[in-house]
Amino acid sequence: MGTEPQLSWNLAHDLSEILEYHFMVNALLAGSVVAVMAGLLGWLMVLRKETFAGHTLSMMAFPGAAGAALIGVPAMWGYFVFCVAGGLAIGRSSVGGKRTWGEQSASIGAVQALALGLGFLFVSLYGGVLGDLDNLLFGTFLGISDGQVLVLLAVAVVAVAVLAVLGRPLLFASVDADVASARGVPVRTLGIVFLVLLGLAVAETSQVTGVLLVFALLVMPAASAQAVTARPGLSLALTVAIGLVVVWLGLGIAYFSVYPAGFFVTSISFAIYVGVQVGAWARGAAQRGLRPPEPELAPAEGVIV
Amino acid sequence: MFSQEFMRNALLAGTFIALACGVSGWFVVLRGQVFAGDALSHVAFPGALAAAAAGVDERIGLFGATIAVGAGIGLLGRRSFAGGRGTAAAAPADDTAIGAVFTFVLGLGVFFLTLFSTSSGGGSGIEAAHTLFGSIFGLGAGEARLAAVIALVAVGLTLAIARPLLFVSVSPDVAGARGVPTRLLGVGFVMLLGIVAAEATQAVGALLLLGLLAAPAAAAHRLAGNPYAGIALGGLLAVAAMWGGLALGYAVPGLPPSTAIVTLAVGIYYISTLVA
Repeated sequence: MGTEPQLSWNLAHDLSEILEYHFMVNALLAGSVVAVMAGLLGWLMVLRKETFAGHTLSMMAFPGAAGAALIGVPAMWGYFVFCVAGGLAIGRSSVGGKRTWGEQSASIGAVQALALGLGFLFVSLYGGVLGDLDNLLFGTFLGISDGQVLVLLAVAVVAVAVLAVLGRPLLFASVDADVASARGVPVRTLGIVFLVLLGLAVAETSQVTGVLLVFALLVMPAASAQAVTARPGLSLALTVAIGLVVVWLGLGIAYFSVYPAGFFVTSISFAIYVGVQVGAWARGAAQRGLRPPEPELAPAEGVIV
Repeated sequence: MFSQEFMRNALLAGTFIALACGVSGWFVVLRGQVFAGDALSHVAFPGALAAAAAGVDERIGLFGATIAVGAGIGLLGRRSFAGGRGTAAAAPADDTAIGAVFTFVLGLGVFFLTLFSTSSGGGSGIEAAHTLFGSIFGLGAGEARLAAVIALVAVGLTLAIARPLLFVSVSPDVAGARGVPTRLLGVGFVMLLGIVAAEATQAVGALLLLGLLAAPAAAAHRLAGNPYAGIALGGLLAVAAMWGGLALGYAVPGLPPSTAIVTLAVGIYYISTLVA
């Protein structure tokens, strides 16, 4: 690059400077694909309260990448193989059954611990010097090739297409599993398919944000959007919009800074999340202040608040 | 094996850390707070890096970060334990908040990592790897003794509040009506968990703690119906995984002790699902 990039007051000039570099264009393309896919699946994940499963899937990416480095194949294949396998493992061990939530989450945690232990073993076998460990864990947006962007796009298109086909029954099963099951919706199968799709989304996201910061795109935009509006279509669109803004701003700022992109992506995403939560709290407080307290009503079953 | 000083230190620290994990883990599984424990173990990493960047002892950062975040989770999560059974719909709603907060704290970790590596020039990768995955064979005699004492204190505190905590966890409403300080116990327990997380990070690392915290305790829940027998069994199984893992890590070249410990702990859990 020669000289250090300098941020000037001329934003149009800054933008054109960013877009002059092919690696930045690729990073923005990959980031956009990932933001859309993570937004859609993250929205469902937050709705289904499978945050911990999503976190465990993001940890699967670590042994994936380390294992791929060990046997000498591109890291991307490791990400996909391990995340999808993780989705199947969690789906098998946690979906349905008569176990308490405590034990379900413990069995998810067991999958995660095993995956991380395996990842650490791969790193040690690799020779102890995995120079890319930081990038693996916290993401890098440098050196995303044209081919990688295409693979990311292809996987995202397939996943979103499957999601479009399954969307209605999946939403039904997510909102009220018992009623859906009584109406003949295959709740358990849908749950496992969803976890596999989530695994694909996590595998894509971790290539941009790194393994540890996947939630910046998977959870925070969806949680923010769901706090703003209860209408599914609107909040889904808002989730994707927040994700895109976060990625573009994060990458843009990171270009002009010595600090890694993951830090900015996470911070911007978290700022939006906190802002929305504070806004929702203030709105609720204002409404409570204006109106006299309503008489206690029995909560209606099956109503999404 | 026992003639090596590093091995004796590892056994001393590891035994008590595993005991603390197994005992408090039993309550973690009972209260459905596995994700909270996981989040605490992950924030230990930025805590240690912040301390390294500031040039103070890394344990100050470890304990500071985990106890502070533990207090935060305890205060924010009004209903962070759910007695519901069946599907994930019974999951506590504030899992999303936990996820958002700890991802942000990890993001700060990257910032500190960059700060640390630019200020001290290199070595950050090794520092990061030690914090993330533990270096139990690298503990000195003084460190091991201190770790054992702190872990023992954590076990003692957990056992001291065991009875009311059990009451609150199983039946929060009734416990509240009987005058048990449910909220205080909830917050206190998560902060205690923060101490255990910071402690265990030194042995198995910030990323692998979950194996010791959740897996032996989940096995104990399956195998023992009586709470006190379950707590004892949780501690026992965790210690067994620790000893077995240390021995394997010592005997098999190339196998990190953290990996061996966690694999054994998870193996114990899977065996328990087959048995009971």
